[in-house]
Amino acid sequence: MGTFYSRCLQIGPARFRIASAWRQPLDLLNALYQDYPSLDPGLVDYTVRLEPQKWWRKYIRPSVHISGDYWLPDAAPLPLDQSLLAAEMGMNLQMALGWRRHLLLHASTVEKDGKALLMTGLSGSGKSTLSAMLGEQGWRFMGDEFALLCPATGMIHPFPRLISLKNEAIAAMQDMVPDDRFGPLMMGTPKGDIRHCIPQKSAIEAMAQPARPALLLFPRYGYEADVRAMGKSEVFVRLTQASTNYVALGEAGFRALTQFVDTVPTRAMDYRSGKEAVEQIDALWSGAQ
Amino acid sequence: MTPASKRDAAVLVTALRDPESALALTDAEWTELISIARAESLIGTLAHQLINLKLPDQARLILHDAIDAGKWARKQALWEADCARRALADIDCKIVLMKGTAYVAAGLDAGKGRSIGDLDIMVARRHLPAVEEALLDAGWEWVKPDPYDDQYYRDYMHELPPLIHKERDRMIDVHHTILPLTARPKPDAQAMIDDAARLDSGLYIMAPADMVLHSIAHLFADGDLAGGLRNLWDINCLIRQFADADDGFWLALDRRAKTHGLDQELGRALRLADRLYGTPVDAKIAGPAAIGDGVYVKRLLARDGFGRETCYWLRQVFYIRSHWLRMPPFMLAKHLWTKWRKGGAGPR
Repeated sequence: MGTFYSRCLQIGPARFRIASAWRQPLDLLNALYQDYPSLDPGLVDYTVRLEPQKWWRKYIRPSVHISGDYWLPDAAPLPLDQSLLAAEMGMNLQMALGWRRHLLLHASTVEKDGKALLMTGLSGSGKSTLSAMLGEQGWRFMGDEFALLCPATGMIHPFPRLISLKNEAIAAMQDMVPDDRFGPLMMGTPKGDIRHCIPQKSAIEAMAQPARPALLLFPRYGYEADVRAMGKSEVFVRLTQASTNYVALGEAGFRALTQFVDTVPTRAMDYRSGKEAVEQIDALWSGAQ
Repeated sequence: MTPASKRDAAVLVTALRDPESALALTDAEWTELISIARAESLIGTLAHQLINLKLPDQARLILHDAIDAGKWARKQALWEADCARRALADIDCKIVLMKGTAYVAAGLDAGKGRSIGDLDIMVARRHLPAVEEALLDAGWEWVKPDPYDDQYYRDYMHELPPLIHKERDRMIDVHHTILPLTARPKPDAQAMIDDAARLDSGLYIMAPADMVLHSIAHLFADGDLAGGLRNLWDINCLIRQFADADDGFWLALDRRAKTHGLDQELGRALRLADRLYGTPVDAKIAGPAAIGDGVYVKRLLARDGFGRETCYWLRQVFYIRSHWLRMPPFMLAKHLWTKWRKGGAGPR
């Protein structure tokens, strides 16, 4: 067994130990997560492991295999210069497969006036980018990957990890956010070009504060501006598909989700630019209040 | 940048055996214990052992989740067993539940918090064709499309090639005995089926001695001991419960082990269960400590505080041993050659 470096960090209610055969991903995490609560050495929920697939791949064409307490048998390894992405994917994997304290919705969330706006949809819908933009325009960023719905209270809990910007979204956010809040640019990852962005300090400091869900949007990028109502049954089914642990939570998950669908107004929203989307969201938000 | 303080899985064994010892753990040690327990599929079991103690809040949350997950696993396993029961209702044969599903169906201590993956059932060999057909009719499909693997299972194994249900995505293993046909011990499968006990559901479980011996055969005469701590925990729980309930259990176990040709494996299992989990065992049946026992212990504990497998070469040795046990030498050579050419051989 080779040397293993590790550090613990907390994001929202979840605590992780990231253990790695290389220093690089941990140096990056130390820099990018420095405003997050430190709990080394802590009692954590999950261990993420970043290891070479074969021992010599630690040195020769280093390749990072992602595993941990929860793992997938067919996870493809990443090159070492994408190790930060590997760490993020490792943490997401633990949440997706292991988390049971909330219903996990694959959605981005922002908050204003104590109320939460959720955005969900397929990859490429722009939900992550929109949450990042709103987070710089007076909203509190709560998360770009998972919204944590509490089955007992119906509240949404933040999971404000680094924002994972992809492709064109990188340039768009570089216009709004100072350079020192960005991680390295990773070109040609399996998900395209990726650059991580640190949420605003106030969003990190408020990561224990939940918010009542007030509006759910299904954004769609690249279509003429439009807002449509959606049937509850369609919303329900799409959210079961957007949840990684709906089945594992059993009856508690069913109750949480039906209550959410019954009480939270929902719209499908098409847009062609970030500016257009923000205008539509402002209008919908004042209507929903 | 902290190195793991735990170089093997002893912390897990200690916590299972003596739950109060966990109260002295530091935060970092808790993290290691939890990683090891998850890797060994013993987190639910650990949770049941510890949950009533005065635990750190964060540990309580994690163990509470594990208990919830275990309840769900139990429900899912029983549902899957019932699906199989309904699919096979028209066939006049005993369906014997095995391993985890049997433990939860019978409400045994070994089932508490146990993770359950596949559904394992056993039927008499003469019923295999009818069972296979009925399962295919009811929506199960072949997992291994490889003709070599398929034929290998049918000729030499103790079970059908695995089937998976196309809608529920759950696997079923249909056994007709408990060890590969090429293994040296030849268990008496018909005796196991004859003595199986009927549950209210109409499904069967093995008689106590057979249930223990199946678990032992699985651990010591078949696999490479990966995940063996859980298997040995099953054995520990079964023995404690059966020996408490019936004074004649040890005698029955001893006799039955000879019937199945598993007396050496039984001795080994008792010594290791005693050594690791403090299982009260019959000293005469367990026999004197053997030199090899320490090697088995080392293999069973081969996991560090990050949840990584350790002792690479020792694991290789046990992997090769698992094949050696399963097959005569010439057949093993032929099998490994075929698998190697397909690029598949080697431990996980």
